[in-house]
Amino acid sequence: MRRNLWLGGALSSLVVLAALISFVWTPFDHAAMNIPEKLQRPNAVHWFGTDHFGRDIFSMIMVGARTSIAVALVAVGIGMALGVPLGLAAAARKGSWLDELIMRGNDLIFAFPSLVIAILITAVFGAGAINAIIAIGIFNIPVFARITRGAALSLWEREFILAARVAGKSAARISVEHILPNVANLLIVQGTIQFSLGILAEAALSYVGLGAQPPTPSWGRMLADAQTLVSLAPHLALIPGVAIILTVLGLNLMGDGLRDYLDPRLRVART
Amino acid sequence: MLRYALKRLISLIISLAVASLVIFFVIEVAPGDPAQFMLGMNAQPDTLAALRAELGLDVPKWERYLDWVGGMLTGDFGTSYTYRTPVADMVADRLWVSLPLALYALTLSTLIAFPAGIYAAARRGRAGDVAVMGATQLGVAIPNFWFAMMLVLIFAINLRWFGAGGFAGWDKGFWAGIHSLTLPAIALALPQAAILARVMRSSLLDILGEDFMRTARAKGLSRRQALWRHGLRNALIPVLTIIGLQFAFLMAGAIIIEQVFYLPGLGRLIFQSISARDLIVVESVVMLLVFAVIVVNFLVDLAYAAVDPRLRSRT
Repeated sequence: MRRNLWLGGALSSLVVLAALISFVWTPFDHAAMNIPEKLQRPNAVHWFGTDHFGRDIFSMIMVGARTSIAVALVAVGIGMALGVPLGLAAAARKGSWLDELIMRGNDLIFAFPSLVIAILITAVFGAGAINAIIAIGIFNIPVFARITRGAALSLWEREFILAARVAGKSAARISVEHILPNVANLLIVQGTIQFSLGILAEAALSYVGLGAQPPTPSWGRMLADAQTLVSLAPHLALIPGVAIILTVLGLNLMGDGLRDYLDPRLRVART
Repeated sequence: MLRYALKRLISLIISLAVASLVIFFVIEVAPGDPAQFMLGMNAQPDTLAALRAELGLDVPKWERYLDWVGGMLTGDFGTSYTYRTPVADMVADRLWVSLPLALYALTLSTLIAFPAGIYAAARRGRAGDVAVMGATQLGVAIPNFWFAMMLVLIFAINLRWFGAGGFAGWDKGFWAGIHSLTLPAIALALPQAAILARVMRSSLLDILGEDFMRTARAKGLSRRQALWRHGLRNALIPVLTIIGLQFAFLMAGAIIIEQVFYLPGLGRLIFQSISARDLIVVESVVMLLVFAVIVVNFLVDLAYAAVDPRLRSRT
């Protein structure tokens, strides 16, 4: 299944590249309005056409990629930074009150319909990219905590960990020096999946107006703007949608491919 | 079994208690005073104080929390700040849209996922399997609200088979209601169907490798007979769990889809209440959704344990 890795990697790199290039170059200023040229279909000048303000959609898609990637990436970062240590601690103290507390807390976060709570958080603390990141990030914590704990528990039974314990290393040191490197692959794969889910969540939040605020372009809000114009100019809805789908598809394929590549033992049907 | 059920029940109650605390205090720290919001910036201090007293905002936070929780236990969700009507009535009205929508979508997703998953598992590694798995990859990558917009564009605007939005109401007859929920339900069902088909396939593939399946083949059943008689029933357990979890996602996903189709459901109610700072409505609707999710998960756990006694010893 090396094909998945290549195809997914290529799609993801394309999006990341577009986002990076947008810092130095876009065909047009993404925020520049040009009413006489509004609602153009894709053409030689405006490759993806223009929106109802005459803004260049290709440029908006490029800058929007930046928003999507930034929000999803930082949300994954939050999930890993808090979830992984929690998972390691829970595994190191298996069965203790700490383990119990961490896992029950995780169950609780899992029980919340994430989108509802994300909407609640952004609605209460104000719409914006930062609050969207926090809202998405919170739900990444239990995902990483659980997967780290699960993998770490089986590692704690292994001989090389026993050897480290006999050598007098503390649980914390063993967790960092021996457990963490061995769960890293798993975390990378899960990180890719959470990244793609983050892109979808960001799109949904900005679609309902709770994500990044104007003038920062975001794919979700482009879709919201397109909604009333969809019969007049279908490309307004089509293009940001395809951008989201290709990004998420690319990341998912890359996640699948990475998992097979990094750990052939995990080659099971992904659900 | 009883012990297990009791244990799960206690953890259910704790979950609900913590959830209600979190929701209440998240909303409490929200900036903006509902009374101020209703009366405007130029309100007289004594009018403001009177309204705050009327809305019950002048008592300590913990007392309001207890009132709120106590009220919900007896079916009293409080009174909306803006509409001055009982929240329970507003929720009940909206539930008649959101709940059928979620159930409709769940039915569709199951009807699509089961045949797709079984077909893919039966043709493992061949073209049919690859095609189904490819389709599910695409299915999980498509944002459902975008899919909803495309459905509107094709089936409502171009073909005119359905309305582009709004809800006909059940009083126009069952089919009129179903008709206006069809596009939203399809949009909601698609990503869920993709996930469910994957679970169905992998669960069946796990079962196909079991010893009893080899025994079934050895006693002379064909692949197909063995799959239908012994494989499917055993593969269904994990699938049912996912269906239970999906119900929660569908209720939450409906919030966004309702925005696309202008459906008067719980999602619209949440958004309207948020912008009107009608916090008591937001609190109660969110709590209701969380309650539904936690209780459905609890029921699925119990059903799971009833079917498979080995699970009872695990916590």
